[in-house]
Amino acid sequence: MNDISPKLVAGRLVARAHWHPLEFLFWAAAFASIWLLPGKYLILTEIAWLGLFALSLDLILGYAGIVSLGHAAFFGFGAYCAALLAKHEIINEPVLALIVSGVAAMLLGFVTSFLVLRGSDLTRIMVTLGVALLLRELANRMGWLTGGADGLQGVEMKPILGLWRFDMFGHNGYVYCLIVLFLLFLLARRIVYSPFGLSLQAIKDNPLRASAVGINVNLRLVAIYTIAAGYAGIAGALLAQTSAFASLAVFDFERSADLLLVLIIGGTGYLYGGLIGALIFKILQDWLSHLTPQYWPFWIGLLLVVIVLVGRERIGSWTLPFRTLANRFDWRRKESFGGGQA
Amino acid sequence: MLRRQLLAGCAALAFGLAAAGGAAAQDVFKIGLILPMTGQQASTGKQIKAAVDLYMAQHGNTVAGKKIEVILKDDGAVPDNTKRLAQELIVNDKVNAIAGFGVTPAALAAAPLATEAKIPQIVMAAGTSIITERSPYIARTSFTLAQSSEIIADWAIKNGIKKVVTMVSDYAPGADAQKSFSDKFTAGGGTIAEAIKIPLANPDFAPFLQRAADAKPDAVFIFVPSGQGGTFMKQFVERGMDKSGIKIIGPGDVTDDDLLPNMGDQVIGTVTAHLYSADHDSAKNKAFVEAFKKANNFRPNFMAVGGYDGMHLIYEALKKAGGKTDGDSLIAAMKGMKWESPRGPMSIDPDTRDVIQNIYIRKVEKKNGELYNVEFATFENVKDPVKAAKK
Repeated sequence: MNDISPKLVAGRLVARAHWHPLEFLFWAAAFASIWLLPGKYLILTEIAWLGLFALSLDLILGYAGIVSLGHAAFFGFGAYCAALLAKHEIINEPVLALIVSGVAAMLLGFVTSFLVLRGSDLTRIMVTLGVALLLRELANRMGWLTGGADGLQGVEMKPILGLWRFDMFGHNGYVYCLIVLFLLFLLARRIVYSPFGLSLQAIKDNPLRASAVGINVNLRLVAIYTIAAGYAGIAGALLAQTSAFASLAVFDFERSADLLLVLIIGGTGYLYGGLIGALIFKILQDWLSHLTPQYWPFWIGLLLVVIVLVGRERIGSWTLPFRTLANRFDWRRKESFGGGQA
Repeated sequence: MLRRQLLAGCAALAFGLAAAGGAAAQDVFKIGLILPMTGQQASTGKQIKAAVDLYMAQHGNTVAGKKIEVILKDDGAVPDNTKRLAQELIVNDKVNAIAGFGVTPAALAAAPLATEAKIPQIVMAAGTSIITERSPYIARTSFTLAQSSEIIADWAIKNGIKKVVTMVSDYAPGADAQKSFSDKFTAGGGTIAEAIKIPLANPDFAPFLQRAADAKPDAVFIFVPSGQGGTFMKQFVERGMDKSGIKIIGPGDVTDDDLLPNMGDQVIGTVTAHLYSADHDSAKNKAFVEAFKKANNFRPNFMAVGGYDGMHLIYEALKKAGGKTDGDSLIAAMKGMKWESPRGPMSIDPDTRDVIQNIYIRKVEKKNGELYNVEFATFENVKDPVKAAKK
């Protein structure tokens, strides 16, 4: 292909944004779990918000190349926002409180994004880590507001949209989280396949060249960082709403580090990595801590080392046969271009 | 003939097995034990788990026709985990009671679930006063910080200590300890030179100790959660504060039996008030310590007796309720229950469901080459002073 016409490129990019049959399958399975796994709502809820949280990190790491070890800052901020809004009965309706918490986290993300613009990867790791530690200590110090190390007690959640109560079995909570995850996933998908998303990938690959072709690098990084912060804030708010509780643990370094692990397990830069990683990570954790409540961190550490050694690309490649099979049945792809699967 | 007998035998056996199987499924009493088995508070989890195992080994696993089954979960002392695990235990495993709770935030996080599910929540470790008020289904077999903090204040006044710096971990039990001590101590004519709060997670005591030393007090009142006492004592000695004549007083968490044997001779003479010492002089305790050490290779501490007595409370409540397993019957049975624990006599306050027990003043001494908290004065049947003051 010597002459790459803009039309050809555009066509290819549009084709890439098409829904793949496997994606339909993924979401069908996710929603089917509501009926198929009634005893597992609590862990599924955790997977849902962790998946959303990981998706948020994927937006900046996988698409814009910003390494962060302090993503828990936004997660925790969102969690405390949602918990405080409910506790002081400022906003009683969870969906509205969720949106407000997300916007609050976006504001925080916007303000701190300017710190992240400075310097390269190592600096970014330190800056993001610093912001998270700072917020954790602030929350610890402001005990009158946050409850300090005891956590925020006495949060009571009102029914979702005034109709569905957060029940003890976690059914409504899970459905709520899953719907929020799905809607935000659709939005993220739209973002990454938009020209804006493509320009981010150009920045990730080579910031200098990107700015040379006229992409305003800083502006775009600020934008995606702000959006990702909003996503993380909503994930945190989901945790706070489904558990009716917030504690300093939401800001923990371990949370940011675990998140990076989740994304490493699932793979970055294709949106599903965070969701699949969250699924694998939580199930592993639950299973191992059930088998050996005392020594499970050892086994999870060992498994992670093995996973990273084997190479996370291979996890993606396990699904290769299915993907080829799915491609064969993908009529749209045939019309436009064969293969070219991202 | 033989064949017929064999057939009949087989049928009887099958029938018997089926009956036994059915009975077993019906008559199991499940206890969800949520403890920090990993992380900073892991020593609490280790002690309580060992004590629960010991109690069940000694008393069998069948009470009032029910088979007791314990399901252990690790929450790492992170309250969100506690809440999820408690919920899973209640919803999926259908437990009849939840127990454990290494730290106050964990106990508080689970309290609304106990209320909603109407099952007993037995607090075996956490020591903030308010816990038992958070659900009518909570009973406690550990202690409240105020119990020992008030009594050590009393002792300090009577023993010529005039000026004290308080150092407590910055969370609810620390605040309880600090307040109870200061109120009693200042009421008795003492002065608090400085009230220092130490971060709960990963504490470095050095800067705080320096501030305490600068105030030149007669004594430092210290509360840190079980497991952090060793680091505190080490840093206290490193700064030479033991030689400058500053005494250490406080609730007994700092000279916890679990860590005491490795603290070194510098801690000799430290005076604390607490509910339990492995050295407590009673036949019951001697037998307990011996059996515990034999099974585990380490010494039981106050967390272990909390777990041991927690199991005792569940067992006895089941007996008293005559096989009823609903939360209301069990809590009713627990109220006012009295028994002889390895720690000494104790009971459950019928009004508050909190623990009433003797508090002992102890001094660290060397006995048979090992460090022990040796009890030398007893305050009998101490109720939680915070709740008593509210009335």
